Amino acid sequence: MYLRLVFKNIFRHRLRSLLTIAGLVIAILAFGILQTVVDAWFAGADMASAQRLITRNATSLVFPLPAYYRERIRSIDGVTKVAISNWFGGIYKDQSVGNFFAQFAVDDNYFDLYPEFLVKPEQMAAWKADRRGALVGRLLADQFGWKVGDVVPLKGAIFPGDFEFVVRGIYEPKDETTVTRQFYFHWDYLNELLRQKFPRRAEQAGVFIVGIADGSRAAELSQVIDREFRNSLAETLTETEKAFQLGFVAQMEAIVTAIRVVSFVVIVIIFAVVANTMAMTTRERLAEYATLKALGFGPTFVGSLIVGESLMMTALGGAAGILLTFPTARAFKALVGTLFPVFNVAPETVMMQVGAAIAVGLAAGILPSIRAGRVKIVEGLRYIG
Amino acid sequence: MNPGHPGEQALVDIRHVSKSYRRGDQVVPVLRDITLAIPHGDFIALMGPSGSGKSTLLNLIAGIDKPDAGMLEVDGVDITAMHEADLADWRASHVGFIFQFYNLMPVLDAFENVELPLMLTRLSRRERRERVETALELVGLADRMEHYPNELSGGQQQRVAIARALISDPALIVADEPTGDLDRKSAEDVLGLLRRLNAEMGKTIVMVSHDPHSVESARHVTHLDKGELIPG
Repeated sequence: MYLRLVFKNIFRHRLRSLLTIAGLVIAILAFGILQTVVDAWFAGADMASAQRLITRNATSLVFPLPAYYRERIRSIDGVTKVAISNWFGGIYKDQSVGNFFAQFAVDDNYFDLYPEFLVKPEQMAAWKADRRGALVGRLLADQFGWKVGDVVPLKGAIFPGDFEFVVRGIYEPKDETTVTRQFYFHWDYLNELLRQKFPRRAEQAGVFIVGIADGSRAAELSQVIDREFRNSLAETLTETEKAFQLGFVAQMEAIVTAIRVVSFVVIVIIFAVVANTMAMTTRERLAEYATLKALGFGPTFVGSLIVGESLMMTALGGAAGILLTFPTARAFKALVGTLFPVFNVAPETVMMQVGAAIAVGLAAGILPSIRAGRVKIVEGLRYIG
Repeated sequence: MNPGHPGEQALVDIRHVSKSYRRGDQVVPVLRDITLAIPHGDFIALMGPSGSGKSTLLNLIAGIDKPDAGMLEVDGVDITAMHEADLADWRASHVGFIFQFYNLMPVLDAFENVELPLMLTRLSRRERRERVETALELVGLADRMEHYPNELSGGQQQRVAIARALISDPALIVADEPTGDLDRKSAEDVLGLLRRLNAEMGKTIVMVSHDPHSVESARHVTHLDKGELIPG
């Protein structure tokens, strides 16, 4: 009887309830998408391995490090592998956002440090054998329709000149958190060209990717590496890959914070809408609540009818909003192209949506329920809603 | 036993009850020093002009309002001293309500409306069903169980309300202008039902009415004016 009363009461003012539920659907959906955008921002950091360190120039990331540091880092006890990674910053076709993607000149052993990039052995061998060879991520290859054997022209911006690379392999992601939107080619090839055209810029590394055997020694090894180059011409700053990635995100912290704030403001707005609906509903039904109390029902029962109705309404809107988040996220990802390489609705986001819907339902129902519970029977019976 | 004289056998025993309302800074007396006894099995009509205090007196008897002074016992229990929660339990088992505008739940059908007070009891679903069917048969609405209030006439709605008032088998039924919203034919049906409840089932009925024709159904009529009982 209680549930029947609650459920039937929801649809007494069909238009009002449907509009409120529609608002809830949009709010919970918007909340989910905005939270997913924030998650996508941190996707690179989430993908970071505890067994990888990044060593860069202590002054700034824009200053390179001598390439010979590689051997000195490798010789440190606890370090398993070291690979150079240089940001290339070439232009593909034009400078439009749609044609932008990250390109790195890397050592041949770079992929040994990234087991989450799955490359077929024959493609890896073909890449290593071709000086102009490139390995591209699945997402990037699909975006531009590249196949193995295709030639990709890039115009150098940081490193002047016209470059042509041949796609020798397409790497696949190990799981859905793996970003496959990068373009990798041989650092040796770039270095050789620099040696010929700009000798002073040759034999330099943007960063070193440092593989370590024991992730729990990351802080200690970072200090050891940086101590190794203290008082040199190019002092280093070594940090975990996650800290390095978060450093990038921090540069856009204001935007991320703004998105987070907006996502919570949306919930506050829908709370106001649902609270208004419940306040109107309660006011209109004061005579009914007074009748229930006259018949012997207590204030708790009367109050629970209102909170139950509020919760049921937010449950309906919340469930629809959550269900719609998944196709909307797919559509959003398709719309923004590869701006967000990883754009998945996380289970934590769904939990937050559920929590927001419950919180809105409870908060919106609690005040009207107290009012209805306290209404004096004689006054309530006189009330004409 | 005539109303107006407290006695040992009274179901409702009211002594020196006063009640006033506050309107802003003003205190408006509504009932002044009312003393009245209503015996078991009586059918009493409270009559009087608007503002005479008859509905307020009915509310006090039904335990949905409290007097400022005086004593009010129903079946030997001083209901003025009861806490809200106890009073709610007491109403559920001792008082049946009939309102002028029926006060049915619009989202529940006739069966569910009548069943509503039984949700406060420990009766099984089968027992509840049997009771509700009996009550609706008694008021002549066995064929309207699944009809919602908006699908019933005013007279039918009031009969559903009477079935609801009866369902928990209370000793006392209070009716506030039960025919005030009905046409003459429906009013006659409702009054006939109340007479039956009183005569055949021994229910004590306290009815407020403006209508001289309606009060003819009562065994006794008590007049109020300006918050005082008019000796008759």
